[in-house]
Amino acid sequence: MSLAYSDNEMMAISAGRFIKNGDIVFAGTGVSMLAATAAKRIYAPKAVVFFETGGIDPSLDEIPMAVSDLRVMSGTCLNSGLIEAFSIVGHRKLHTIAFLGAAQIDKYGNLNTTSIGDYHRPKTRFSGSGGACDVASFASGVITFMQHEKRRFVEKLDYLTSVGWYKGGNSRQELGLTRGGALAVVTNLGVMRFDEKTKEMYLAEYYPGVTVEKIKENTGFEIDVSRAKEAIPPTEEELMILRNEVDPQRLICKA
Amino acid sequence: MTNKMEIADKLMSLEEAVKKFIKNGSQIALGGFTVMRNPMALAYEIIRQGIKDLHIVCHSHGQALDVLIGAGCVKRLEIAYGGAGRYAPTCIRFKKAIQNGEIEFEDYSNYQMSLRFLAGALNIPFIPTKSGLGSDLLNYEGFSKEVRKERKVAPKKFEIMQNPFIEEKDEVVLLPALNPDVTLIHAQYVGEDGTVRIKGLTFADIEQAKAADYVIVTCEEIVPRSYIRLDPDQNSLPPFFVDAIVKVPYGAHPTGCFAFYDYDPKHLNMYREYANDDNKFKEYLERWVYGVKTHEEYLNKVGTEMLIKIKANPIIGYAVGLDRR
Repeated sequence: MSLAYSDNEMMAISAGRFIKNGDIVFAGTGVSMLAATAAKRIYAPKAVVFFETGGIDPSLDEIPMAVSDLRVMSGTCLNSGLIEAFSIVGHRKLHTIAFLGAAQIDKYGNLNTTSIGDYHRPKTRFSGSGGACDVASFASGVITFMQHEKRRFVEKLDYLTSVGWYKGGNSRQELGLTRGGALAVVTNLGVMRFDEKTKEMYLAEYYPGVTVEKIKENTGFEIDVSRAKEAIPPTEEELMILRNEVDPQRLICKA
Repeated sequence: MTNKMEIADKLMSLEEAVKKFIKNGSQIALGGFTVMRNPMALAYEIIRQGIKDLHIVCHSHGQALDVLIGAGCVKRLEIAYGGAGRYAPTCIRFKKAIQNGEIEFEDYSNYQMSLRFLAGALNIPFIPTKSGLGSDLLNYEGFSKEVRKERKVAPKKFEIMQNPFIEEKDEVVLLPALNPDVTLIHAQYVGEDGTVRIKGLTFADIEQAKAADYVIVTCEEIVPRSYIRLDPDQNSLPPFFVDAIVKVPYGAHPTGCFAFYDYDPKHLNMYREYANDDNKFKEYLERWVYGVKTHEEYLNKVGTEMLIKIKANPIIGYAVGLDRR
């Protein structure tokens, strides 16, 4: 009998499982912070977590609530600034995995974090690119966290802030973005990946208790589900580390 | 005791610094990042002096930006990100101002804005990057043609250019340099010689300072020349880049300041509630900005209890175990 777990916990663990020793992990806020910390504590102790603000390999004894949090500057090997951080994201010698979040995503993993509606007079304005466009341009791979809803998984983005596989096929490469691209999308329902050739999103894993039908209903474009498998639920050990070591105040785990 | 005279002409009050260097329509670069080391005391003083039509340039900004926009001081904005971490994933008055068409705005990315400050610091007119290719950052211009003719606004948002060193297709994005009128920074230490030391992350503060015509630094402490020069590897800016120095302990509250104090979760949560409602936001400004004459008065309102709670462990850098919900 396994323990009950929250959506954020399942998402953090699903994303954390992608991280390997030696990876340089770029973390954002929220679940992404949880996933980066969990990855380091559970799966890849030799991975390095760093932040666009310039904090490199912090001890993460407490979970940061923002990428500029004092907690990303504590126990680091080096505290620097934005330009240094972006020289790491795109560095030719490093394998960098970036965690991002977005308001909208399309089938090629392009992201919108800018606005909904007319750009100049939007219905809803979001924070903007921040470093998202930059890491989407330069990192070796991007894992995006999304709430799985039809209005978020859209045929056409209202604004393309960060490039994934652009228009599919070789189009990203042709833009001049010579590496990287969308690696996976982790939602509250499952894990999506991208076809090697077409670069279109497909369902790779659905969480225990979630049906493939439900995922199709909540995706605003046709999604290939022929390769879908049920995800392995979080183990007791994974959950215990997440709750007791990564986020003991339950600041992010809870939701 | 060492001699304070070295910076005597630069030491001034918040009121004097803002009066001397910031005018209606000034282009201002904000130091800090979302919830960290925002020049809050300066932002509050700008609001109290009723300065209007500011042109703000920043990468990722939070609290100071949001208060300035909410108080009606900002006309124009070039920005990568407006947010305050988990307390306001999108800055609230920033969001409202854009949705209501109240400010002119132009979107860039963090790296792009940092590079634009670097270009300004290096005194080169533009700087190339690969970031943004394929993005709508390069498909939409926020500023109108009329705005593009104005002072300190680049005539173009960007230009795409072929790498001139090779034959094969290889495009780069050229970004215009920024040279703000004034950069505002909150630092931990300024030496009695004027040397600035920022502890923790420097973000793009150093590039922003070097790019600007004038730099105002508020600081937690003014320390002896002998102390700041004992370990110069730790220093951030030499004295000659700094035009005004104001000692303002807790000058970044409610944002944090590494090794001095954490961000104030209670204040940031309260701010979100007040900022969400136009009338309540007026009350917020009345209580926390217009209703106080000095930063000491402001800190009295924050209260000793909270100031002790957010006090950072100086070795670890933050307030261990602080309730951040």
